[in-house]
Amino acid sequence: MSLLTVDNLTLQFDTDEGRITAVDDVSFSINPGEVLGLVGESGSGKSVTAKALMHLNPGNAVYDPGSKIILDLDDGPVDVLSLKSNRDLKVVRGGAVSMIFQEPMASFAPAITIGDQMVEQLVLHKDITEKEATTHSIDMLERVGISDAEKRFNQYAFEFSGGMRQRAMIAMALSTKPKLLIADEPTTALDVTIQAQVIDLMKDLVKEFNMGIIFITHDLAVIAQTANRVAVMYLGKMVEQGPVRDVIRDPVHPYTQGLLNAIPKIDDLDAPLTPVPGDIPSPLERPAGCVFNTRCARIEDRCTQSVPTIKTYSKDHIGACFVTADERGAT
Amino acid sequence: MSDTASDVKSIISARDLSVHFTLRAGWFANQSLKAVEAVDLDIPKGSFFGLVGESGSGKTTLGRAFLKAVPITRGSVQFADGEVDYNLQDLSKADLKDYRKRAQLIFQDPYAALSPRMTVRDIIAEPLEVMGLTSSREETDERVREIAAKCRLNLEHLRRFPHAFSGGQRQRISIARALVSNPDFIVADESVAALDVSIQADILNLLKSLRDELGLTFLFISHDLSVVAHICDHVAVMYLGRLVETAPTRELFAAPRHPYTKALLSAIPSLDPDHVSTAQKLEGEIPSPTNPPPGCKFHTRCPFVIDRCRVEEPALEHSGLEHDVACHRWRELAEDPIARAMSRDVDA
Ligand SMILES: Nc1ncnc2c1ncn2[C@@H]1O[C@H](COP(=O)(O)OP(=O)(O)O)[C@@H](O)[C@H]1O
Ligand SMILES: Nc1ncnc2c1ncn2[C@@H]1O[C@H](COP(=O)(O)OP(=O)(O)O)[C@@H](O)[C@H]1O
Ligand SMILES: [Mg+2]
Ligand SMILES: [Mg+2]
Repeated sequence: MSLLTVDNLTLQFDTDEGRITAVDDVSFSINPGEVLGLVGESGSGKSVTAKALMHLNPGNAVYDPGSKIILDLDDGPVDVLSLKSNRDLKVVRGGAVSMIFQEPMASFAPAITIGDQMVEQLVLHKDITEKEATTHSIDMLERVGISDAEKRFNQYAFEFSGGMRQRAMIAMALSTKPKLLIADEPTTALDVTIQAQVIDLMKDLVKEFNMGIIFITHDLAVIAQTANRVAVMYLGKMVEQGPVRDVIRDPVHPYTQGLLNAIPKIDDLDAPLTPVPGDIPSPLERPAGCVFNTRCARIEDRCTQSVPTIKTYSKDHIGACFVTADERGAT
Repeated sequence: MSDTASDVKSIISARDLSVHFTLRAGWFANQSLKAVEAVDLDIPKGSFFGLVGESGSGKTTLGRAFLKAVPITRGSVQFADGEVDYNLQDLSKADLKDYRKRAQLIFQDPYAALSPRMTVRDIIAEPLEVMGLTSSREETDERVREIAAKCRLNLEHLRRFPHAFSGGQRQRISIARALVSNPDFIVADESVAALDVSIQADILNLLKSLRDELGLTFLFISHDLSVVAHICDHVAVMYLGRLVETAPTRELFAAPRHPYTKALLSAIPSLDPDHVSTAQKLEGEIPSPTNPPPGCKFHTRCPFVIDRCRVEEPALEHSGLEHDVACHRWRELAEDPIARAMSRDVDA
C-alpha cells in the first residue's frame, strides 16, 4: 500500500456567487522516498488539494462522499476525511504530515522566537523533553544550512532574511520526522540563486529521511529538477500524470503540450514563445465536457459533450483527452 | 559606453548615477542606503533592454530614476529620443510635463494596479485627462480606442470594470494605459511576473510587436532570466546597487564574464530532468545594502575572490564589443578552464 492514496477527490466550495468546483475527481498516490510534482496554473486546485490532505480547508468546503484520502502510517491506514474531532486529526496534524508554504511568515507567530516555536511543536507532538527538543531543533537549523544556529534559535522570524526563513520553515517542518511532506510553492517567492539552494537541500533531505513529498509549483522546470512523477492539473481536473521524463518529453494532453510550448527555454533561445490561446475560465463558468475545451486547438464535438476519462498511454503515463487517446491508442 | 556602437543612438545615458535613501525609522535611522551607486548605462534607442539581479539589487530604483520618480543623489541621466534632449536633473516645469508623456511605467501586478471603480475606458483615458493631452471627449475616446485595439483589447470591453477580467487582459489594460500618451520609452517592471506561463508568452509577444510597430524602447526589469533571454536584445546585471556586467543578450548568455552573472545563469532550473549542472551554486545571500562590504560588493560570495577584491572596487570596463564587466579578474577567468567550466553549459 502507498504512503498516501487519494481516490476520486471531489471538493466544492459554497461562495456568495454559488457553489464552485475546486477539485474534480482527482486520484493519485505517493510512495515513501518519492517526490510527486503537482503543476498547473493559478486556480487549478493545487493548494486546495494539498490542504485536503490535512483536512485544512475551511468550513465552506463540501467534500463529495465518494472522496477518499488514505494515509498509511505506523499504526495502519487512516481515512483522513472521516476524521472529525481535533483529537482524531492529531494523527495527521501531529507531525506525521508536515506542510511548508510559499510565504514562510505565515508559518511563524511573529511574537515568539523561532526556537520556542520549534520546541513547542516538538514537545506537543513527540514524547521528548524540552531540553531534547532544544538540542534537536538547533541541530535541524544547522542541517538546513543556517549558520550560527544557536544564536538564530533565539531570534524572531522578522530578523531572518527571506531565504533563511524558508530554511527555518523547512527545519521546523522536518523536525518531527514526517512521513509525508507537502510543499506548496516553497520556492516561488525566492530568487533563483536561493531557489537552487532550497531545491538541493530538499533533495538531500528526501534521500536521508525517505519521506514522500508533494511538491506544488507552477514552474515545470522546478518539477523537472525535483520530482520523480508529475501530475498536471487544470481547473480542478487532473489532466495528465506520469514519470517526469515521459511527461516533459512526450506530453499527451494538449494542455501540457501548450504549457511546455509557452515556457521560455534557456537552452533554446530561438524557440518561439507560443501562448496557450485564451484565458483560464472562472470557476463559476467551468466548461461542460473537457474543462480545457475553451482553449484547446484540437477540440472536437465530443470534447464539449462529455468528460474524457483517464486512459493509459504507456506504463504509469496517463491522460484525459479523447483526441490523443485515439491517436495513440491509449486504453 | 561602447564607442564602436556610437552610430546607434542612446535614448537614455546615465553617468555615475546614484540614488541614496536616508532611512528614517527603525534601527537604521539616519543611515544612508545606496540603492543605486555609480551606474554608467546607455540604453540604445529601439532596444528591448533587460535589467536583472536578485531582489534588493536596485533594479526598481534604477528604473524609477530614469522616470524621474525618485530623487537622483549624484550623477546624470540624459534622455534623447530624437525630438527632445533632456538632462533629467535639470528640467523646467514644462519640460518635466512633456517628459512624463514620453517616459512611462508598466506596473507589475495587474490586480493591484487598476482601480476597481473605473471602467476600462476611464482607466486608459486617465493619463490623457491628467496631462491634458486631448481637447475633447471625442478625441480622448478616439485615442483610447486606437491604443486599445493595438493592445488587442476587445473594444466591447471598454465599458466594463476591470474585476471582470483575467490577469492577461488586465495586463493588456495596464499596457494600453501606459501607451496612451504616445511615449517612446517604457519601463516594464516585472510586468509578467504575476502571470501564468500560458498567458505570459502572449503578453511578451504583444510587448515585442508594440516595440516594433510603435518604435518603442523598453527597459525590461525581471528576475526571470529565461524570459529576459528570450525577449531582450541587451542585458544589464545589477548587484547591490552596482552594474556588474552588460552585453548583448546572446553574448551574455553564451559567454558571461562576471562570476555573479555566471552564478545567476547556472541557478536557472533546466527543463531537462537529466540536466546535471556542473556549475557551482552560489552560497549565501545578497548582503544588506545598509552595510555593504568594502571593495567588490560581490566578494563575500565570489568563489574567485582574491585580496584585491576585498579592498578595491572594480570599475566597469570594456571587455569586448558592447560587452562591459566590473571584475578585477575577468581576463584571467576567461582563460581559466575551470572557471569556464563553471559557467552554465548553454547549447550552441
Ligand atoms: N475557501 C475557499 N472558498 C471559496 N473558493 C475557494 C476557497 N479556496 C480556494 N477556492 C477556489 O478554489 C479554486 C482552486 O484554488 P487553489 O487550490 O488555491 O488553486 P491553486 O493553488 O492551483 O492556484 C480557485 O478557484 C479558488 O478561488
Ligand atoms: N523609498 C525607499 N526608501 C528606502 N529604501 C528603499 C526605498 N526604495 C528601495 N529601497 C531599498 O533599496 C534597495 C534596492 O531596492 P529595489 O530598487 O526595489 O531593488 P529590486 O527592484 O532590484 O528588488 C533595497 O534595499 C530596498 O530596500
Ligand atoms: Mg496555490
Ligand atoms: Mg523591484
